[in-house]
Amino acid sequence: MLKQINITLNGVERSVEIDERESLLEVLRDKLYMTSVKHGCGVGECGACAVLIDGVAIDSCIYLATWADGKEIRTVEGFEQDGELNAMQEAFVEEGAVQCGFCIPGFLVSATELKETNKSYTRDEVRKALSGHLCRCTGYQKIVEATEKGLEKE
Amino acid sequence: MSFKCVNQRVIRKDIVAKVTGRARYTADRTEREMLYGALVRSKVAHGYVKSIDTSKAEQLPGVIKVVTYDDLKAIKFPTCGHPHSVIVEKRDIADKTVFTNHVRHFGDEIAGVVAVDSYTARKAAELVEVEYEKLPVYLESEEALQEGAKEIHDGSKNIVKEDEYELGSDVEPIFESADYVLEEDYDISPVKHCHLENQIAYAYQDAEQRIVVVSATQIPHIVRRILSQAFELPYSKFRIIKPYVGGGFGNKQDVVVEPQVVALSLAVGGKPVLIEYSREEQMVATRTRHAVKISLKSGFNKDGEILAQKAVIVSNGGGYAAHGHAITETMAGNFMQTYMSIKNFKSEQITTYTNLPVAGAMRAYGVPQISFAVESHLDSIAGMLQLDPAALRDINMTEDDLNNEFTGVDYSIKGLKEAIERGKERISWNEKQKAYQGQIGEKRKGVGMACFTFDSGTWPYYPELAGANITMNQDGHLYMHLGAVEIGQGSDTVFCQMAAETTGVSYDNVHINSLTDTDYSPFDTGAYGTRQTYITGQAVVKAAEIIYGKILEKAANLLDVGSEKLDVADDYVIDKASKRQLMSLADLALNTYYNEESGEVITCSVSNQVKSNSINTGVCFTEVEVDITTGKVDILDIFNIHDCGTVINPDTAEGQVHGGISMGIGYALMETMLFNKDGLPLNDNLLDYKLPTTLDHPDLGADFVETYSETGPFGAKGLSEPTTVPTAPAIRNAILNATGVKVNSLPMNPQCLFENFKDAGLI
Ligand code: FES
Ligand code: FES
Repeated sequence: MLKQINITLNGVERSVEIDERESLLEVLRDKLYMTSVKHGCGVGECGACAVLIDGVAIDSCIYLATWADGKEIRTVEGFEQDGELNAMQEAFVEEGAVQCGFCIPGFLVSATELKETNKSYTRDEVRKALSGHLCRCTGYQKIVEATEKGLEKE
Repeated sequence: MSFKCVNQRVIRKDIVAKVTGRARYTADRTEREMLYGALVRSKVAHGYVKSIDTSKAEQLPGVIKVVTYDDLKAIKFPTCGHPHSVIVEKRDIADKTVFTNHVRHFGDEIAGVVAVDSYTARKAAELVEVEYEKLPVYLESEEALQEGAKEIHDGSKNIVKEDEYELGSDVEPIFESADYVLEEDYDISPVKHCHLENQIAYAYQDAEQRIVVVSATQIPHIVRRILSQAFELPYSKFRIIKPYVGGGFGNKQDVVVEPQVVALSLAVGGKPVLIEYSREEQMVATRTRHAVKISLKSGFNKDGEILAQKAVIVSNGGGYAAHGHAITETMAGNFMQTYMSIKNFKSEQITTYTNLPVAGAMRAYGVPQISFAVESHLDSIAGMLQLDPAALRDINMTEDDLNNEFTGVDYSIKGLKEAIERGKERISWNEKQKAYQGQIGEKRKGVGMACFTFDSGTWPYYPELAGANITMNQDGHLYMHLGAVEIGQGSDTVFCQMAAETTGVSYDNVHINSLTDTDYSPFDTGAYGTRQTYITGQAVVKAAEIIYGKILEKAANLLDVGSEKLDVADDYVIDKASKRQLMSLADLALNTYYNEESGEVITCSVSNQVKSNSINTGVCFTEVEVDITTGKVDILDIFNIHDCGTVINPDTAEGQVHGGISMGIGYALMETMLFNKDGLPLNDNLLDYKLPTTLDHPDLGADFVETYSETGPFGAKGLSEPTTVPTAPAIRNAILNATGVKVNSLPMNPQCLFENFKDAGLI
C-alpha cells in the first residue's frame, strides 16, 4: 500500500510517498537521499542506521516509515549549522575517532542526543549510552574519548 | 630524526567527509535505472542440485531474469587477492564458478535473480525451488581426510595442500636428549571479520561496452584480473571503481560478489545490477578466519633454553581454496620467526577442504592462530620450570640483528626487547606476576603477556609493486593518484604526510581522492599484508622526490640561481641558507603551466618494485580478573607496545592498535562461528555472534618504541594487522597466572572456562 507521510527532515518539511512495508531507513536512503544513514544489518543489531526521531536516537531499520508521519527526523546531514560542525562532529575530528567511518553517523546521532541533554556523564555512562552501536575498527577508545570531549564543549 | 609533517598528529584526510555523511560508499552511489540482484543460496552444506525450478520466480511481477548454473559457462577461477604469478605452479587454485550445482557449504551460490527492486529480487530468490541430493558433510578436517571420504573437489582428496618446513637440525634426537619435553594441543574456532559494511558491488556496461564494476574491495586491480579470468575477457574490458569502503579486514581481499554482479548485469544486456549482501549472507558466504588445530612440542633444558620445537598445523579451509595453503604456510613461517635462539624447528602443515564456509584472509593472516599456540606454550613451559614468562622469552630471543635463514628477511628484535621492558614497568609485572600465583577464592587476578613478529608487506613470497602519480596543480597544490586502497586504515593520510614531508608542500595542500579507479589509478596490488605504508610509501617518496627536484629546477631557472641553493618549505621556494622565502609555489606553478616559452606541468608517475621487508614487532600486556564460578573474565587493563619503526601518524597508529586489541578481545573471549552437525549456521547474525561492544572493553592502551627501519619510508614499517595478534594469548596467560589453569582453546568464553576449571578441580 502506498501512502503519503509528512515529516520534518533536518528542519525542512518534506512530504514523501512510501510503501507501508518500508522502513524509515529505506525511505531516508532511497527516497530522501540521506545516505549518512547506513545499513549494517537491517534488524536492529548494529546501530549504523540510527537517526534522531523527536530528539531520541532510534535504529531506523526497525522503525516503519509510516510511524514517522508528523515527526521530526534529524540525520548527520543536518548537524552542521552555517557550515560549522556540531560539537560532537568537531570532537570526533579532533580526536581522530574515525576509521572506515561506516559506523560513525550512528555514533554521532547517539552522542548528539547525549549532548542535547546538557548533563554530564561519567565514562561508564558514556560507554553505556553508546553500547547499541557496533564498531569493528576503533575498539571504541577514541570514540568514547571524543564523545566526552564533545560533551565538554561550549 | 626530526620531521615537519611525518610523525605528527595531522587530521585524517577523509575525516570531515565521514563525520558529515558526505563520504559516499558503494550503496550511496546508485546509478539511474538500477536493477537489483539476489542470490539463490544452498540450504545444505554439501550436495548436488538434483533439480531446480525457476518458474515461480520468473512469474513474479518485477522479475527480469533468473540465471542459474546451467545458463553460464562453467569457468573456474581463483578468488583470492594475491598478485598474479607468471610462474604457473605458483598461481592460486581455480576452483570456483559463479554458480554451481555441486554446493560445498551452506550458502554456496546456485543461481541469481535480477528484479526491479531488492524486495522483489529477494522474494524471487526464495521462490526458486531446489531439490538436493545430499552428500556427507565434513565440518572437521579429520573427517574430510578419512579414507574413502567423498571429495569436495574432484581429485583433491580434500587436501588443498600439505608440506613440511625444517630449520636447523633434526628435532627428534634433540627431544630425546632434552631435560624436558612438553607437548600441547590447541583448538582454535573460526571467526568472522564483521566489517560494518557488508559485501556490495554493482556492475554495468558503459557506452563503449566495457564492464564497469563499483565495489567495496581492498584490491581493485586484482578484481580486474580475476574478472578477466572468470569471464575469459581481456583485462582492459573491465574498469573497477572503489569508493569509500566500510572496513575489510581481509574479507574484501577476496573476489566474492564482483563476478556475481557481472554475470547478472551481462544477463540483462549490461544494465546496472547491484547486489548487497545481507548480514546473514555476509556471515556464511564470504570468508572466515581458519579454524585451526595445532600441536606444539618443545624440548628444553632446566634453565629455560628451548632447544627444538615442532608444530603440526591442521587448517580447516572450508568449501573452496580461496587463499589456498598460503595462510597455513604463513603460520609455519611465523612459528620459526620470533624466537630465533631456538634454532631447530620442524613444522608439518596441511590445509583441508571441508563443508564449513570458506576460510580466507583475516587481519594478520594466520598469525593470530599460531601465536596463540606459541605464546601460550611458552607460558606453559615457564610454569613447568617456575620461571618468569618474560624471562623465558628473553632467553629464547636473539641478541643481535640477523637474517632469518628460513624466510631470508633481515630481522631486528631490539625494539621488541625495549617494548617488553617498558610494558613490564607499566603494568608492574615483577610484583604482580609473582603475587598473583596460588590465589584462592572466587575472583582471582592475573597478568599475562604475549609477543609477536610480523612482516611489512609480502616480499619475498610475492612480488611487491606499487605506483604513485603526483601532479602539481596551477595553484601549487599537489594532487596524488595512488593504486593503494584506503579502506579506513588511514593510508591516504600517511601518504599525504609523506608527500608533504618530501616536497615542502604543506599537508593541507596535498590532495588525494579516496576513490580508486583502475582506469586512472596506477597499478598497486592493494590493501593487505600490512604493506601499504611500507611498500606504497616508498613509491610515494620516490615520486615526491622527483616532484621536489622539478620544483627546484623550475625555480632555479625562474630565479636565475643554482638549484643547490634552494629548498622548499611551507609552500614557498626558499633560500636554503637564509630560509628567506623567494617565491610561492602558487606563482611557480602558474608559471610552469602557462609560460609561453617553457610551459610544462610538474608531474611524475612512478612504478616501484620493492625487494625488501622490515619485520615489525610488539607485545601485549594485560591484567584480568577471573570469576571462577561464572567463568567470566574481566579485563582490568590491556595495552600493546609496538615497534613499527617511525610512526607516521600517531593518531591513526593508535587507532589501529585499539582496533586490533578490540578484535583480539573478541577472539579471546567471545567470538566463534557455530554450526549444527549438518553444517547449518547457528549464529549468523550480529545478535548471536558476539562482537565486543563499548561495555566489553576497558580503556585500551597503545604505545610505540620507535626504531628506524633502514628500508622503510622515513624509517616506517608496517603496523595494522599484527595489532590483533598478541591479545588472545596474553589474556590466556593472564588467566593461567590467575588460576593456574592452562586453557588451550579459543574462544575462552564462560562455557569453555567452566569446563576447564571443572577439569582442573577448581569447581
Ligand atoms: S542497520 Fe539498523 S541496527 Fe543495523
Ligand atoms: S570506524 Fe569502521 S566500523 Fe567504526
